Amino acid sequence: MTEASTIAVSAETGAAPGGDVQQDKPRSLASDAWRQLKKNPIFWVSVILIALFVLMAVVPQLFTSTDPNEAILQQARERPSLDGPWFGRDIQGYDIYARTIHGARASILVGVFATLSTLIIGTALGIIAGFYGGWIDAIVSRLTDIFFAIPLLLGGILFMSVMPNDQNTPYLVVVGKVVVVLAIFGWPGIARLMRSSVLQVKPNDYVQAARALGASPWRIIRSHVLPNAMAPVIVVSTINLGVYIAVEATLSFLGIGLTPPAVSWGVAISDALVGIRTTPHMLLFPSLFLSLAVLAFIMLGDAIRDAFDPKSR
Amino acid sequence: MTTDTQTRKSETPATSQYKPVDGLLLEVEDLRVEFHTEDGVAKAINGVNFDLHEGETLAILGESGSGKSVTAQAIMGILDMPPAVIPGGQIRYCGQDLLTMPEEQRRKTRGPEISMVFQDALSSLNPVFPVGWQIAEMFRKHRGMNKSDSLERAVKLMQRVQIPAAKERVKAYPHQFSGGMRQRIMIAMAIALDPAVLIADEPTTALDVTVQAQIMSLLQELQEERQMGLILITHDLGVVADVADKIAVMYAGRIVERADVFDLYRQPAHPYTKGLLESIPRLDQKGQQLAAIGGLPPNLMRIPAGCAFNPRCRYAQDICREERPELLTVAPGRESACHFAEEVLHG
Repeated sequence: MTEASTIAVSAETGAAPGGDVQQDKPRSLASDAWRQLKKNPIFWVSVILIALFVLMAVVPQLFTSTDPNEAILQQARERPSLDGPWFGRDIQGYDIYARTIHGARASILVGVFATLSTLIIGTALGIIAGFYGGWIDAIVSRLTDIFFAIPLLLGGILFMSVMPNDQNTPYLVVVGKVVVVLAIFGWPGIARLMRSSVLQVKPNDYVQAARALGASPWRIIRSHVLPNAMAPVIVVSTINLGVYIAVEATLSFLGIGLTPPAVSWGVAISDALVGIRTTPHMLLFPSLFLSLAVLAFIMLGDAIRDAFDPKSR
Repeated sequence: MTTDTQTRKSETPATSQYKPVDGLLLEVEDLRVEFHTEDGVAKAINGVNFDLHEGETLAILGESGSGKSVTAQAIMGILDMPPAVIPGGQIRYCGQDLLTMPEEQRRKTRGPEISMVFQDALSSLNPVFPVGWQIAEMFRKHRGMNKSDSLERAVKLMQRVQIPAAKERVKAYPHQFSGGMRQRIMIAMAIALDPAVLIADEPTTALDVTVQAQIMSLLQELQEERQMGLILITHDLGVVADVADKIAVMYAGRIVERADVFDLYRQPAHPYTKGLLESIPRLDQKGQQLAAIGGLPPNLMRIPAGCAFNPRCRYAQDICREERPELLTVAPGRESACHFAEEVLHG
């Protein structure tokens, strides 16, 4: 290299070669988002709440040693007290605190698996539709529209009446059915979002450049389209996790979601209706936990969206 | 320059099944490209012919919409089809027609055989991966190298394209580089697999003037070092003057003049080229009105009959509105598609 061009290069970077580079730490979009998240108190509140609920779902014994299925009829409708059962007892004599803690498992299971399955189905179909376009896009998009047109509750009632649960259905099958219903009616939203996101990413020069440098379609999707199109879907899925927990409770409340003996907040709320005036604490505690769980995921989704969106900073 | 020449041709395993005959790399013959839109058919390229030899730099010059970028995309095979349609023509690389080649085989020519540098380096790098990773990906995917070897090669390439502190910056992300540096990285990716043909589509348009010259001289240096055939697409007459061997001027999807760079600048043989040269601002004409070619480039859905340039041409006669001039040799090494090429050349 001639001396002149060395000087020119240095002038261009505004620094002598080698200087002033160390403090310029590599920063990816994800690490930028993480730095943003760390500063957000809403993020930490939601993370702590979610961690608590996940802990409840995994090891409820940490929080209570009472068997949630132990009914003491003599003490039915006992009011909450600091030295008795903390949240009181319900009409059947169940310990409401124990049942509320144990109910977290159903909600978290349904929320996580419904989110994962909608994420996988919706992302895959959305990418295929957006990336390949043409008749593939037309078919996938119409399919999405068809599923969009079926109301979730109607579909749920239909599905559950075709495949009803009974007393002997294993717990995981009961939960699995709710997940299937939510996945069937939840993926179109994700697919649409993913498709539009892919359509935004696809015309970018780096996708064209990857093609010009010999990348296969699969590689282009995996390392160029997917990582750049994921952010909105991650945000919506996080919020959806909360929404699915609420929908699970709705379905269970209507008697078409989880059914006893499965313990869940929706079931508990449904049971509480018979004595809403005489035993309001039966309604209060499961509702409170349900609202907190839903709120936690929606707050987390909001925080992540703010972190990913540079314009909101 | 002698220190970082490890990335020379000799070091990479030469497994190419393509061998140029007499140094002839690329032949484009009667290439046509149309865009079928709802408003009608836009004829972007209407029969383009040219050859490219090893170590040769061909500049394709033209204003926006003249079809120069579409030509590049057609050669690379990255046109979106539909709406683009290639109704005719051949693009032969080392004797093999790229247009009739199975897609999978053609894809494998991109990168190791024919490669491309894009106009806007700001957006041609993937924002979510470190630049070193993106360069190394070329070696991993095409050469099957492992992670650390490929990263090492990426650092060498970054040094070769004169990125300061390449070792430290290999893990940096595209947005941490300036425009000129990003274009250098793009060039590094494009030459990573030692392509025989490099297409540079307005490589300096998005950069400021001082950086433009550096990028051009880098491209020229790499081209001489590796004896690549370089196709330089630009609308900037100044950019090509030092670098190009031959120039093809395009207008409305055709080559209207082709010549060696000095001949063309000294004595244009087509009124359009003449107009372009006259519209360059000159230091010795300070305070005067800048000459410009009147009118607008034609709508590609309604290209005028006869010579496409006739509505804007000061030499235009009746014959220009009726008969389309062919690209003919008007002097040794000079071709022009004009009925009055002789007059333009000598007058």
